[in-house]
Amino acid sequence: MRRVVVTGLGLVTPLGAGHNVNWQRLINAESGIRAITSFDVSDLASKVAGQVPRGTGDGAFNADEHVAPKDQRKMDDFIIFAIGAANEAVRDSGWVPQTDEERERTGVMVGSGIGGLPGIAEGAVTLHERGPRRLSPFFIPGCLINLASGHISINHGFKGPNHAVVTACSTGAHAIGDAARLIMWGDADVMVAGGAESAVCRLGVGGFAAMRALSTGFNDTPEKASRPYDKDRDGFVISEGAGVVVLEELEHARKRGAHIYAEVVGYGLSGDAYHISAPAEDGNGGFRAMRMALQRAGLNPEDIDYVNAHGTSTPLGDEIELGAVRRLFGPAIEKLAMSSTKSAIGHLLGAAGAVEAIYSIKAINHGVVPPTLNLENPSESCQGVNLVPRQAQERRVRAALSNSFGFGGTNASLVFREVA
Amino acid sequence: MSDIAERVKKIVVDHLGVEESKVTENASFIDDLGADSLDTVELVMAFEEEFGCEIPDDAAEKILTVKDAIDFIQSNSAS
Repeated sequence: MRRVVVTGLGLVTPLGAGHNVNWQRLINAESGIRAITSFDVSDLASKVAGQVPRGTGDGAFNADEHVAPKDQRKMDDFIIFAIGAANEAVRDSGWVPQTDEERERTGVMVGSGIGGLPGIAEGAVTLHERGPRRLSPFFIPGCLINLASGHISINHGFKGPNHAVVTACSTGAHAIGDAARLIMWGDADVMVAGGAESAVCRLGVGGFAAMRALSTGFNDTPEKASRPYDKDRDGFVISEGAGVVVLEELEHARKRGAHIYAEVVGYGLSGDAYHISAPAEDGNGGFRAMRMALQRAGLNPEDIDYVNAHGTSTPLGDEIELGAVRRLFGPAIEKLAMSSTKSAIGHLLGAAGAVEAIYSIKAINHGVVPPTLNLENPSESCQGVNLVPRQAQERRVRAALSNSFGFGGTNASLVFREVA
Repeated sequence: MSDIAERVKKIVVDHLGVEESKVTENASFIDDLGADSLDTVELVMAFEEEFGCEIPDDAAEKILTVKDAIDFIQSNSAS
């Protein structure tokens, strides 16, 4: 099987635009969670979110750099974030196909959990209040999930496989894993892969609040709201953004002298077959995804130095995941560092797996594991594990595992390894 | 230049993001101003909104240039 490496990184998150800015702020223990000010939250139970900082300041996301202002209203924000993250990742990789064949061997697989929810909400209101003749011709293409991949391919002329994953909060991880497989099987040499999301709107917050999934107890102290493993955690914080990587066949990358961040060595997938939103109580689905990823990687638990947890800060999910990690790692858990970077950026839903994959890769590259913010009093069952409370830790990371679990009981685990 | 022509040109400039100088009366939305088929649908909607008129689909199909739009609105608009 052909080997696949990561040669480009792109991030748009509540911590900022750019993978270097993100990393700096992440290991400085900064939080990207704020009070929601962009729409009315007076009647919503949860009033905090991780929103992408906009504008032209340091690390801010300037949409005008990526999409002409006249075209921005033709697409929902998740597409704009995807385009921005893809532009960074592609530029970072230095990959500019010169021939038709090279373009046809370069594909895109950027998914989303929900797609253009703000646009769907607006479109429904327009239909209701003003009738179908007032619906914009850009309503449908502005909301469709695979239009992120569509725009990226159009912008860069990438004519290879064009695909979009939709597996709720596992989307970003599945996209990277599946895109890597396309390269392994020889369907492409280069894939632009990841996830994007922007469902931070009244309909999105209201919908997740109706499931009682969101944090509601920290509306006055937004930076404290996302607190995985802490006794006071009370739900996840909804966030937006995009994470995109450039994946490349190892020899293809070496031949052109590309910088290689890490190798994608493991990928595991499973289904809970249990409940539409709750994880199976024994963590069996997550356990099997992790075990499959390790087997595929040919690694043992003691070879993994860092786990980037799914860890959304919900009362149920965090402990179930940790239980599964305990069972899989056995005694090796004592040397493991495991943290949830959702403590800093909240839950980016369909983008989460891709963003967290990039954070895991940066942990390998920098020899630093990012902290779990707000972890002041770990729950009983979370004790005895290094959850990297509140401050980053320096340590060598030879290989990192990143978990993503989604509604519907869909689980994905990725393993990245340093490349000598 | 008539008030209608000014308003039509402003809508075209805003929606297609083109230089005002390029929006001549004979300019074709698709051939000269870079519009695609969806842009032209949206332009017609914007004309309807601005001038409070309805442009049926068969009439909309014949609005290919700035002048076509001005002429249609002049003969069908109340405002």
